[in-house]
Amino acid sequence: MGLENNKFLVKLENTGVFQNNKWLVKGVSLEVEKGKIVTLIGPNGSGKTTTAKIALGLYKNIQGKVDKFTKKIGYVPQKISIDWTLPIRVLDFMLLTQNLTDDEITDALNLTGVEHLKNNNLRNLSGGEFQRVLIARAIAKKPDLLVLDEPVQGVDFKGEIALYELIKTISDKLNCGILLISHDLHVVMSATDYVVCLNGHVCCSGTPQAVANNNKYKELFGDRASTILSVYEHRHDHTHSPDGTIKRKQ
Amino acid sequence: MFDDFFIRALVAGLGVALVTGPLGCFIIWRRLSFFGDTLAHSALLGVTLAFSFDINIAFSVFIISSAIALILLKLQKTTNLPGDALLGLLAHSSLAVGLVVIGFLSFIRFDIMGLLFGDILAVTENDLIIIWVGGALILFVLKLIWKPLFASTVNYELAEAEGMKPERVNAIFTILMAAIIAISIKMVGLLLITGMLIIPAAMARNISNNPKQMVLFSIIGGLLSVVMGLFGSLEINTPSGPSIITAGLILFILSLIKIKRLSQLNN
Repeated sequence: MGLENNKFLVKLENTGVFQNNKWLVKGVSLEVEKGKIVTLIGPNGSGKTTTAKIALGLYKNIQGKVDKFTKKIGYVPQKISIDWTLPIRVLDFMLLTQNLTDDEITDALNLTGVEHLKNNNLRNLSGGEFQRVLIARAIAKKPDLLVLDEPVQGVDFKGEIALYELIKTISDKLNCGILLISHDLHVVMSATDYVVCLNGHVCCSGTPQAVANNNKYKELFGDRASTILSVYEHRHDHTHSPDGTIKRKQ
Repeated sequence: MFDDFFIRALVAGLGVALVTGPLGCFIIWRRLSFFGDTLAHSALLGVTLAFSFDINIAFSVFIISSAIALILLKLQKTTNLPGDALLGLLAHSSLAVGLVVIGFLSFIRFDIMGLLFGDILAVTENDLIIIWVGGALILFVLKLIWKPLFASTVNYELAEAEGMKPERVNAIFTILMAAIIAISIKMVGLLLITGMLIIPAAMARNISNNPKQMVLFSIIGGLLSVVMGLFGSLEINTPSGPSIITAGLILFILSLIKIKRLSQLNN
């Protein structure tokens, strides 16, 4: 089977995880294609992270079937704590699971706006800075499949939008598939191709428009949630570099 | 050249320090100090086995330590006891059983002190070969698994998601720990081997800001401890194993000064 001919990167068929006498999530089917962004939304405890981990193959015993068609995967986990016993710089962290040239490291850190932190110790970063490093690490080797579990948590508002724009650009430019978990319905509705709404099972799924108009989605998130689609429509004409100077967009 | 007992001791000690340096770093990073201690305690059983069946000490210690590691994994899965309780259980029961077996072997005269604290001055040329060949092998394997091992030390799930097979490298690392204990038990003794693993690495942690640097300093610290300890023991006539560990402790205390300076700089 040639990887090139297959547009699917990962495919979940009726998957579920049963642990400690309860279902963490069940009956989830979805697929991530090249160049497409699939987003998982849902309330806390609805199984978003579990679903992402199923896709990554992190559970030993699952129900259903997972087919992965790539080994080049970049992962931004939801929670990651670096033990203080580890002396580790951003630079070392970038090389954690991959071999990169200096240019590749610098480029990736540049994209997420943290190039100046390259030699800093991971322990001394703020939450938002660390999140940017995590994203840079995941995209540095140009993976086929990106799994991003709330990638912009703790990032300031402006940075959040910029990072989501970056994620969109990456998906277009690298033609990689992205499985995204996000709380930010604005972003989900404006920048993704396919939305899966979870609540222990697949509650509804489809294009952002279809999901926004689905009654189950309205029940889960409230009526106002469906008006979100029209809200996210504005442009920025400039960004700021780390030292605060203004960079005009071309 | 290896005729002199002191030269043999020095060459053996330096060989051990080269290997304990990097392994010790991983033991600290992964919080496996007590685990190392448990493996070391079980080594006594390995030694008695070697005498009972007339096999090589390093070989039998390696087998017993690996077996204890496997038993620990099994117990962790099948009981509800916390990890440290299981380690304590295994450490002390294997030590006790070892001592009981020694009681049975009344036809052999044991140097218990040598077993507990090492007898680096009784190192034979054969031991040197075991240390250097075994040590080179351990370092070679560690080099091979460095990346996945380090990645899974930093974050297990991240490593697994990106195809690093953490479970396999963790198992290999456990075997490497059993191996270093096996080849160094005769030099430093089973009560002090964990010190040899941890103290230079702890010293290195105080003065380094990246993993490779810490490994390098840990090796240098171990080598220095061996040289200082052995010459010191020759000079003032102290037991060699404990002298090496004491030298390591002195280096650790010196490294604290650097930490103090660093934290003053940061404030």
